[in-house]
Order: sequence, then C-alpha cells, then structure tokens
Amino acid sequence: MMAQIGPVAAPAVDWAGLGPVLALALGAVVAIMVRTLARRLPDWVDWAWTALVAAAAAGAAVSLWGRVGAEGPFNAVGDQFGVDRFSLLVTAVIAVSVMLVAPVLHGFCQREGWSGPEIYVLMLLSAAGGVVMAGANDLVVLFLGLEILSIPAYVLAARNLARIQSLEAGLKYFVLGAFSSAFLLYGIALVYGSTGTTNLVGIRDYLSRWVVLSDAMLLAGLALLLVGLGFKVAAVPFHAWVPDVYQGAPTPVVAFMASAVKTAGFAAVIRVFVVAFDLRSGDWQPAVYALAVVTLLTGAVLAVVQRDVKRMLAYSSIAHAGFVLVGVQAASGRGTAAAVFYLAAYSVLVIGSFSVLAAVSGPGDSRTGLDDLRGLNSRRPALALGFTVLLLAQAGVPLTSGFVAKFEIIAAAVDARSFWLAVVAMVSAVVAAFLYLRIMVAVYSSPDGGDGAGDAEESAEPLAVPVLTGLVVAATVAVTVGVGVLPSVLHDLARDAIPALVAAG
Amino acid sequence: MADSVWLIPAFPLAGFAVLIIDRRRRARRWSGWLASGAMAGAFAASVAVFADLLGRPAEDRRVTTSLFEWVPVGDLQVDAGFLADPLSVTMALFVTGVGLLIHLYSIGYMAGDERFQTYFAYLNLFAFSMLVLVLGDNLLVTFAGWEGVGACSYLLISFWFGDEANAVAGKKAFVTNRVGDWGFMVAIFVAFAATGSVAYLDLFEAAGDLPAVTATAVALLLFVAAAGKSAQFPLQLWLPDAMAGPTPVSALIHAATMVTAGVYLLVRVNPVLDAAADWAPGLIAWVGAATALLAALAAVAQNDIKKVLAYSTISQLGYMVLAAGTGAYVAAVFHMVTHAFFKALLFLGAGSVIHAMGGDQDMRGYGGLAKLMPVTASTFAVGWLAIAGVPPFSGFWSKDEILAYAFDRHPALWAVGFATAVITAFYMSRLVFMTFFGSSRWGSDRHPHESPPVMTAPLVVLAGAALVSGGLNLPFAGSLHFLGHWLEPSLFGHEAHLGLGAGAQWLLGLIAVAGAVAGIGAASAFYRNGRADPALVERPVLARAFGYDSAVARFAGGPGRRGFEGVAAFDSAVVDGAVDGAGRLVQAGGERLRRFQSGFVRSYAAIVGVGAVALLFWFLTRSSL
Repeated sequence: MMAQIGPVAAPAVDWAGLGPVLALALGAVVAIMVRTLARRLPDWVDWAWTALVAAAAAGAAVSLWGRVGAEGPFNAVGDQFGVDRFSLLVTAVIAVSVMLVAPVLHGFCQREGWSGPEIYVLMLLSAAGGVVMAGANDLVVLFLGLEILSIPAYVLAARNLARIQSLEAGLKYFVLGAFSSAFLLYGIALVYGSTGTTNLVGIRDYLSRWVVLSDAMLLAGLALLLVGLGFKVAAVPFHAWVPDVYQGAPTPVVAFMASAVKTAGFAAVIRVFVVAFDLRSGDWQPAVYALAVVTLLTGAVLAVVQRDVKRMLAYSSIAHAGFVLVGVQAASGRGTAAAVFYLAAYSVLVIGSFSVLAAVSGPGDSRTGLDDLRGLNSRRPALALGFTVLLLAQAGVPLTSGFVAKFEIIAAAVDARSFWLAVVAMVSAVVAAFLYLRIMVAVYSSPDGGDGAGDAEESAEPLAVPVLTGLVVAATVAVTVGVGVLPSVLHDLARDAIPALVAAG
Repeated sequence: MADSVWLIPAFPLAGFAVLIIDRRRRARRWSGWLASGAMAGAFAASVAVFADLLGRPAEDRRVTTSLFEWVPVGDLQVDAGFLADPLSVTMALFVTGVGLLIHLYSIGYMAGDERFQTYFAYLNLFAFSMLVLVLGDNLLVTFAGWEGVGACSYLLISFWFGDEANAVAGKKAFVTNRVGDWGFMVAIFVAFAATGSVAYLDLFEAAGDLPAVTATAVALLLFVAAAGKSAQFPLQLWLPDAMAGPTPVSALIHAATMVTAGVYLLVRVNPVLDAAADWAPGLIAWVGAATALLAALAAVAQNDIKKVLAYSTISQLGYMVLAAGTGAYVAAVFHMVTHAFFKALLFLGAGSVIHAMGGDQDMRGYGGLAKLMPVTASTFAVGWLAIAGVPPFSGFWSKDEILAYAFDRHPALWAVGFATAVITAFYMSRLVFMTFFGSSRWGSDRHPHESPPVMTAPLVVLAGAALVSGGLNLPFAGSLHFLGHWLEPSLFGHEAHLGLGAGAQWLLGLIAVAGAVAGIGAASAFYRNGRADPALVERPVLARAFGYDSAVARFAGGPGRRGFEGVAAFDSAVVDGAVDGAGRLVQAGGERLRRFQSGFVRSYAAIVGVGAVALLFWFLTRSSL
C-alpha cells in the first residue's frame, strides 16, 4: 500500500515573500507564550508588542514592494500564494490598522479592567488571515485565510463579557458567518466542478483557453462566491449582521473590523472577480452593479434614522462599502486603484472615528447614543475638533482624504461609463452627509439640548481620554488632512498596486 | 536660493498658523511683533531670491519650482509650483517690504483693540495669499491666491463688524469682486481648453500660435478679473466703501498691494495680450484712462480724507491699466512700485492724522496740523509732491513714462492722462491744505498730538522710498533703465517700443511739470488764500461720483432685487422643495426598511438567503444552458 503513494512534492517556498504573514502569526504565538510564562509583565507590553509586530509586517511589505518593483510579482508558496503590489498595499493597510488600533485597545482595556494578551493575539491572528486572503492564488487558500480572519473576529466581538449585547454580537456574527462560509465553500466547489481547478491562475487560464458551453455550474459558483464574499464586505443584502455586531462589539474591535477585516474582504473580491474572472466580467459586473446600488442607498438611508452613533457608523460603513463596490464594478485598473485608495483612506478615517467613540463610550462601553455625544465640545474641545474633521472626511468634504477617495471612485465609474451608478453614489454621499452633520451638531450642542455652551461647562463632567487614544486620533486626523491636501503620494501607491496572477514557474 | 522661493510665503503662513491657534492671553502682547517678524523673514527671503536672480545671466532668470502635484486629474495636471522671475520677485519685494512697514505701523495703530491678535493673523494670511498670487507659476495657483486676498480683504474691511456699515462694505467688496473672479475662472477654462495647460510658461509658448479670437477672449476675461481686483470701471464701486476697514489695511490692501494684483495679472500675461486682436489692448488702455479721469474728478469733492485717497487710488490704478494697455509694461510696474510707496505713505499719514483726531475722518474739521504733527506733516508732504508729479519725487518719473507711451499710442490718451495729472495735483493739494495748513477748525475738546515712534518710523522709511524710487528707471539714458533691463526676461520682447525722440520727451515732461504746478497753484487759490469759493469745484455730482454707485444700488435694489427674489422663490419652492422632499422620503424609507432589522438571526439569514437566490437567478439567466 505504501508504495502506491508517491512522494509529495514539497512546494518551493520563498520565505521572504511570506514575511508579513509570518511576522503577524509568529508575533501572536510569541505574545501568548511569553505572557503565559511571564505573568508579571506590565500591561503596556501587550500593545507595544502588537504594534511592533504589525510594524514589522508593514516593514516586510515595504521591502517586498521594492523587490516586486525590481523583479515583478512572484509566488511565495508554489502557485498558491502570490506576492504583488496589490497584496502588499492591502497588507500594509491591514498592518497599519493593527498599529493604530492596538494603542486604543490598551486604553480601552485599562478602563474596562481587562488584562491579558488574548485580545491582542486574536487581532494579530485575524490580521494574518487577512494578509493570506490578500495574496491568495487559490480559492482554498482564500477560504483558509477567510476563516483565520473570521474566527478570531467572532471571539473579539464577544469579548465584552459584562455586556449582553457583546455576547449577542459574537453569536450572531458567528452563526451568520458560518452560514455565509457555507455559501462560499459551495461556490468554490461549483467552480472546481466546472473548471477542474481551484487555482485562480488555473481558472483564468482555463477560461481563456476554453469556451465553457454549459456554464450554469460555473455561473452558479460565481453567484455563491459573491454571496460569501459579499457577507464579509457587508454588501446589502448580506449586511444585516453589521449594525448589531458593530453596536455590541467592543468599540476598538469595531475599529479593527471596519478597517482591516473589510479591507481584506475587498482584497478577496478584487482578486477573485476582477482578476481571476475578468473574462466573465460581463456576467458579474451587472450583479455587482446592483449590489452597489442597494448597498449605497440602504446604507445611507438607514444610517440617517438611527439614534445610536455606533449603529450610525455601522450603516455608514455599509454605504462606504457601496462606494468600494462601485470601484470593483468598473472592472478596470483604474477601478481597482480607486478601490484600494478608498480602503486605505477609509481605514484610517474609521479607526480615528471609532477611537473617539471608544474614549467617549464611558466605562461599560455603552454610552454611544447620540445624546451621549452632546457637549463633547465643551468637555474635550480638541477631541471634538478631531472628530469633526474625521466626520467631514467621511462625508467627503474637500481637503480631506474622503473627498479624494470618493472622487477617484466616481472618476473610475465614469471612466467605465457607469454614469447612473456614479449618480447613485453621489446621492448616497449627499444623504450620508446629513448623518455626519447630525453627529457634529450633537458634538457642538450643550448636554441639555440647547445650543448655548455657557452652562454646559458646569454640568460637564471631565472626560478622561487616554493619551495613546488621543495620539491615535491626532495621527488619523493628520493623515486624513495630509492625504486630502497632498493626494498624489497615496494616489501613486494605489495606481502601482496592480494585482497579478503569476503561474508557477 | 531661487529654488527655495516657497520660503517667502511660508513665513507669513507660519505666522498666521501660530496666531490663529495660540489664543492664550499672553500671546496677545507679542502677536504684532510675531506677525511683523514673519514679514521680515519673508522680506529677507525675497531679497535673497532677488540677489540670486541678479547673479544669473538674464536668460536664466526664470526658475520654476514645483512643491507637489496639486491637481492630477486626467489631462489637467497642475502642480503647486512657484515661478521666480524678475516680475514676480519685484512684486514679492515690495509686497513684503511695504507689508513689513505696515505691520509695524499697525502695532501702534491697533494698540488696545479687542481683536488685536486676530487682526495680525488676518494680515499675515493676507500677505501669504498675496505672495502665492504673485509667485504662482500657473493660473490656478494665482487664482488660489487671488481668492485668498479677496477673502482677507472681506475679513479686514468688515473687521469692525459691530457697525453694520462696515459689514455691508465688506460684503459689497466681496460681491463686486466675484464678477471679476468669474472672468478669471472662465479665462482659466478657455486657456486650458485651448492650450491644454494652465502653467504660465506653457501658455506663453502656445500664445503665439493661438487663434486671435481665443487669445482675445482670454485677454478680455483676464481684464474683467483685473477690473474687479484693481477697481476699474465698471467694477470700481467697491473701493471707496472698502475704506471702512482700519487705515493700515487700506494702506496695505487697498492701496499698495492687493488692488495692484489686476495690473500684475495683465503684465504677467503680456504674451496673451500681444497675441490678442489689436483692439483689445486698446480697450484696456481706454478703460484705464477713463477710470483715471473720472476717479480723479470724484476725488475733488470728497470731504472724508480716506475717501479722497480711495478715489485717488482708483485713478492711479487707471494709469497703470492704461500703461498695460499701451504695452508699456515696465512703466506699469514702475508706477505700481512708486505708487505702493507714496500711497502707502499717504494712507499711513492719514491714519496718523485720524489717530490724532480721535477717529474723525472729515477734513472740514482739520486744519493747521502741521505744527502739531511735524513728522506726519513732513512725510505726508513728500507723498503729496510725489503723487502730484513734481520732480524729482518718484511719482513724476513713473507717471511721465506712462504719459509718454500714451502719447505715442494716441494723443487723445495722453490728453486724458494729462488732465488727470492736473486734477490729481489739485485734489491732493486740497487735501494737504485743508489738513495741515490754515487755522485749526477742530473743537477745544480735541488735543491732536504726534503719533508714537512705531507709527512714525514707517512713515519716514516710506517717505525716503517715495523720494528716491524714481531712480529705478530714469529716462535720460538707456543705461539708467534699471527696471526695464531687469524686467526684460518676463516680458518676452512684448514691451512696446517708444517712438518719441528725446526732444519730444523733454517737452512732454515740461508740460507735465507745468500742469502739476498749475494744479497746486489752483488748489492754493481755493483753499489757502481763499481767493476763490471751493463750492465752484466741489460739485455735488462729483461728490456722488457721478451717481454711478447709487444707480447701481437703485438697480440692484429695484428690478435687480425683484429678479433675485424670483430666483430665491424658485430656489425655496422647487430646489429646496426637492431637497426637503428627498429628506422626508429618506426618513420614511428608512423607517420602513428598519423593520427588516428585527434582531433575529433567522430573519437575517433569510435576508441573506433571498439575496443569494436573487444572485443565483441573475447568473443563471446569463447561462448558455
């Protein structure tokens, strides 16, 4: 019997190409082992280590960026995991998101009295999964990455054991996540059934050589892939978990989910649909078009009628996802560049916004109603100003990164002759602007509902904002305005971030 | 150093940033000195750039530096870039130099004002915008500065907005300038459509090949912009009202720098003017001449000392526009520089007088101040002789050059310019006699006194400059045309050639001197010796500036207003209605959609399922099976 099993060819591994994944995963393992053995270490070690690991991953991505520029895209593990500038930029966005969230998480944990490295470890592992998704050249690897990304995220969402909404969020996220994973897996199976491979390089190769005569199975597979990935990026109608989970989950965790998790999900969408199935874009483009329309409108409209700021931002994140879908729908290099630009800009923005909320939400992480934000200006004027800038950026006001991001998306849509979609995107932006203004009005009004700030000062209790959280907000504001004034740097990076599928060589 | 030209605007920008952010109480005391220090830094940087350019051969005196890609959109590639060439550096030098003096003067003038620090923040912001305007290497950067100075002008005219008249004056300046800004914007569009670039150097290169119609359109649209900023007919009506701002502001913005931006623009785009049809520069010249004459006539009958100077500024700007229209670009810049010195001097001197008279601006309540304010009076006299065109003061040389080119173009242009010069000498002498000479006409409750040294020192420096700056470009020999040689690289050989012989020039100069003396003599007869009744010349129609302002106001208040109200009604009924309706629709739709968000996992899964079925259905309709 043994003789019948041939030797398993070990794939050629380019370890340097795996640098970012290895840094994140090993960093997580080291953190949990060291902290188990050395319990006396102070708490700040956790966030500092996490940020350091994420910085190392980002550094690895930067060095690989140069290498890809010199040698072209290459595969790191057989033909399963590719390294190209698209995956590297996504990796960098994920790593920077972790770097920004970790210090906020530290202040949050101290306030809530949580100790232990688990929450950081889970975040690092989840980020590692996201990096795997960004570079996956095989649907199975992509699925693995997705699960590595998601399972820690379920636990993170449920981390606030003292809050029933957090537990509910974790459970809902998990059940619905499993439900959508099933769709994804079924989709992979159908694609495999019709093309004979799960490898993205192979799939594109197959589709370019053969005309699939009875393509029902392939198309059904595409539909199910879109459902599974649409869930991760919170496209309507696969979005229903988002408001409940965002509202319930610990606020810094939401910052992570809205930035890194969403970016990884879109990386997968772009890799699968725009790159691997580019020859079938005539089939999936209209579907993504429709998803983009309902996502843009539902997100913006439902955001307006909420009373809880976390829920508002949850719906607004859905609307933002709609914008990125517009870039995906263009199915062009320009659309991809615009989507990456948007994801990078939005990740910074949303981390800043949720960091403010994490500081404001008070012990128990429950004070996130619109009324709880009243009088923020008289309590912490600098924080209120930073929040205002971030909200204006989310609304897409010029001289902020949000404006440039929206502009690039709409330009890409117009370029792809999707005029009506561009109009819908603009309408959505206008409706959503009302929402951000509503939050701003609350921030600048007095706690009793009037607009006089005079008597507010007496009743306002001091709001303790951790120094690190303040620094993160300041940094995100600086990046937001910096990119808004000088978009060309990020613009050029996004333009160069071209996804590639390289055959095993 | 010419590569570091960005340093020049960086200084006032930094000053503005510090002043606007640091609102602590102790910041107030040194805010004036900080703002002045920023201007001194900018001036030093300008001098360094100037020295660098001077050290290069003439053909290399054009340095473009790009800070960053500003607008990378499709075919429109605009860099935030600066162009250091003789023209822009000349502008930067006098903007920062005069600006520095006026900043220092303001420390004394604005002492005790509640919003002392805000005032200096605005002044620094203005200086930054003005420097961006003159140093920009393309139309869009210039336009950004153009809008910036407009906004600062608005903020500073209505600086004391507690009085509604000041707020209204600010609005009037802003709205009138929008007309000019419209011209600027359309000019940018046309230039970009025709040449594919908005950078000056690209534009100049392409200008020769442009169809005459396009070049004419760009030239005239830019002239509309220039007419707005430089208060030329028919957009001149905002400048007299702009005197509502603090007097140093009038000196800096509404005399020396901002209002010359229009003339600067015309000189800057000289290749476009050259490529335009011949009648376009002619029209510009005639508008300038007419504005000069009408404004000078209006100045004769004003009693408010600042109003006299305001009309005088419009009139002098008319000279510069006349020069630009006749192709005498060097003369335009020459007069711009000398005017900056003597008009800033006159305004600051007037400010010193107003300061001494406790805020009273009516000259009928002045008189005999020369004895009490010797420094103000003597420096003011220098400015007076300069603007009146008495040699060897600077104004004589620059005005004489403009008149020579005007005569060369058409004797009628010269005649208008000469008449203006005589009237200028008359009304300025009237101002001086009514203010500084004769017997005092103020009440016993007033105690005029000389201003503090921080205010008089700038007066002395400006008086010196107003006295000698004529030496920049003396007519006697080619080698004395310093300014002309210096500006050559910026003019691309489009400077008009003066066809007059030396004899004719001497004759014109003598006539001009005779005119100036006649004007001063006539004013002496009316206002010093009392030999003639002032009512003979102070006609009500002149005091109302020919009723132009009130005619515009009547139109805007009558038929204009009804039109605007119609538009407003349409806006509130149809446009707002649509917006409100959309808002209500969103609310209602949101409430309805919310019901799907029940909180049950099963219903969420059902939504996902419905979506999945819909997607499957779509994809299968595409199937070939």
